[in-house]
Amino acid sequence: MKKLEKNTLKNSFSKSAKSLWRMFPIIFGTILLVSMANSLIPKSSYQKVFIGNVLSDSFLGSLIGSVSIGNPIVSYIIGGELILQGVGLIAVTAFIVAWVTVGVVQLPAEISILGKRFTLIRNITAFFISIIVALVTVLIINLLGINYI
Amino acid sequence: MEKIKKTRKNNLSWWFFTFVVISFFSLIFIKKSLFYESLNFFINILKSVIIILLVVFILMIITNYFFSPKKISKYLGKNSGIKGWLIAIVAGIISHGPIYIWYPLLYELREKGMRNSLMATFMYNRAIKIPLIPFMIIYFSWAYMLILLLVMIIFSIITGMIIEIFDNYIKNEKAKN
Repeated sequence: MKKLEKNTLKNSFSKSAKSLWRMFPIIFGTILLVSMANSLIPKSSYQKVFIGNVLSDSFLGSLIGSVSIGNPIVSYIIGGELILQGVGLIAVTAFIVAWVTVGVVQLPAEISILGKRFTLIRNITAFFISIIVALVTVLIINLLGINYI
Repeated sequence: MEKIKKTRKNNLSWWFFTFVVISFFSLIFIKKSLFYESLNFFINILKSVIIILLVVFILMIITNYFFSPKKISKYLGKNSGIKGWLIAIVAGIISHGPIYIWYPLLYELREKGMRNSLMATFMYNRAIKIPLIPFMIIYFSWAYMLILLLVMIIFSIITGMIIEIFDNYIKNEKAKN
């Protein structure tokens, strides 16, 4: 019985190692891609995109958040700066939410490992949900008369 | 046929990797400063990711050893009910690191019966990072942070439900044909 358990643990280790090795090129490649995207997309250009319309700015906020990568703290810093420059809270909230829930740069890895259908439906849903989350959050804040900064 | 598909997928992954590596090193010829900035960022990600990758690997071994497809289906499968949603939400919130590091574990769990809807809910709740909450409070107010997090948890379930609706629709269409 003990020998059987050892073999099963060895098998679990071997199976997991093979699985992870199979995914190594796509994961390592994604880390490289994320590093390149971080340097190629200047964060200072974000504020130039917003035009002052609630609906289009929310859409743009979600779009920019979707293609952005990096630590979420960066999105809070950029979000804070955008608010100081007069960009609406809905747009900034959509931007922050999409930053972490939608992953355009990670699409190749997610498609490769979790499947095309799941990846596309999940990311498209998360994109639009980020706008709805922003609208609902700001609505609640306004209804309660809360200060958001 | 399955083996041919897997080999083809594996080859594509290596082609993708090769393409990205070549593109990465091409930055030296485009703009040296961009290359060094990317390299710096890459090294920093690797440093932060290596331990999480180890944790993911250990979790994969544990999953393969302790959790049979029957057990995974019970807690994360079709009839897992509220506990499935709760597990997905809590696991998403407490997991750390970039999402792509968790793909291998999610793949294993799905192979053993985890629903796509719970996978989507887990991935959405990864947006809620407890260690970063103080930073959010610094740039916005605590009230904003609290409301946003609550709304995100609710919509993580809605996201999962939308995935489930699509899954069921595609399944029904396939059954009809």
